[in-house]
Amino acid sequence: MAETKTEIVVRSIFRRNPIALLVLGICSALAVTGQMSTAFVMCVCVTLVTGFSNLTISIVRFQIPNSVRIGIQITVIATLVIMVDQFLKAFYYDLSKQLSIFVGLIITNCIVMGRAEGFAMSNPPIPSFLDGIGNGLGYSFILMAVAFVRELFGSGSIFGYEVLQLTTNGGWYERNGMLVLPASAFFLIALIIWVLRTLDPEQQEKD
Amino acid sequence: MVDITAAKPFYSVLVLAFFCSLMVAGAAVGLRPLQEENKALDRKKNILLAANLYDQSQSIQKLFEGIEARVVELETGNFVSTDTISPDEYDQLKAAMSKDMGEALSSEEDIAGIGRQEKYSLVYLVKKNDKIEQIVLPVRGKGLWSTLYGYVAIEEDLTTVNGISFYEHGETPGLGGEITNPRWQAGWKDKKIYNEEKQEVLQVGGKMDQKNEMHHVDGLSGATLTTNGVDDLISFWFGENGFKPFLTRLKENGGKIDG
Repeated sequence: MAETKTEIVVRSIFRRNPIALLVLGICSALAVTGQMSTAFVMCVCVTLVTGFSNLTISIVRFQIPNSVRIGIQITVIATLVIMVDQFLKAFYYDLSKQLSIFVGLIITNCIVMGRAEGFAMSNPPIPSFLDGIGNGLGYSFILMAVAFVRELFGSGSIFGYEVLQLTTNGGWYERNGMLVLPASAFFLIALIIWVLRTLDPEQQEKD
Repeated sequence: MVDITAAKPFYSVLVLAFFCSLMVAGAAVGLRPLQEENKALDRKKNILLAANLYDQSQSIQKLFEGIEARVVELETGNFVSTDTISPDEYDQLKAAMSKDMGEALSSEEDIAGIGRQEKYSLVYLVKKNDKIEQIVLPVRGKGLWSTLYGYVAIEEDLTTVNGISFYEHGETPGLGGEITNPRWQAGWKDKKIYNEEKQEVLQVGGKMDQKNEMHHVDGLSGATLTTNGVDDLISFWFGENGFKPFLTRLKENGGKIDG
């Protein structure tokens, strides 16, 4: 491996961000970024699932027949997601109710499978695990940034604490209705991608 | 990669599926007691929410002290003594599925789409100085994708709604799922379920005119079928097969409890 362990983790946050560069996992980035607290829980879940699915796949990668590898990856990922869901229901019931189906939908999050197929299948366990964690953190970075803007300007709060007092509560801040809607995350993600690619021209796609 | 024999894909998938199912089953069984506890607590919270008594700063157990759970025989409307059926242990959803405690509903009766109904139901009496202030009734019915489970709190006049809450449903988040939105639920307050002739007339969704304002709750836009489901479950649970005999009896006795 040419890259050190820290590099594997860090590169996925900025230089090879799964959302910004690979444009994976957009779907859930739209759905759960209305509030920072739900986005945070989602980030933790996705990071854990990506890390451990990469680890598991990498350990058994020599035993996986090529013809059924996608099925096996999905099975491993689905198992992990169900376990995360069960743990949330047992220990953080309110949060699991808020996230409702979105936890289950981590299975379809392209980042998890993309990394299992693209990295874990051809790398040893430890780097694979770190790559999974790194990608999860990269996903989290974008999600939290989007959720921060959406919650602050859409609902006037951060992690549920009121920062800008809304006119509906007798304050001065007229909230931005568009940011409450999931589609607004598209604009924010596009802006983030633009900024990242301007700062690091290497990420730009050549025609 | 692996050298492929024809059988290899089959047994590697079988072994993996076996391990994965072990993990999933282990997590599901091992964590069930905790999850059940959470669910029970969540139901209590929703009872408090329906009754507008929920207060985040106080523990649910403490808030629940003023609430008495009783079992009611739905057909006659009589209370069942706590020795016969203990309200703490009675699970009415299970009872609906059992042979002796539940019965199948005919398709004309079953407007809420629940299939089977229990003979006995829990009711929650919110009391102050031994006087009933509110009654919280468990309701359920089919929405669009799933069965909606909730509570309706009515005031001592036995027709005015104080609040409603839903603790379990599988409707689409953002559309039908908005039945858990406190802003929508707030629209239920002070609506009247029965009219002067003691008929169930509360309408959820659809047109409202000046005359029926107090019998009308706004529907959810984009979730007409869920709204219809809520309308049906109110019609069912406050009709003859639901709590109407109980409420009628309670009214006759002037809100006194016996039996």
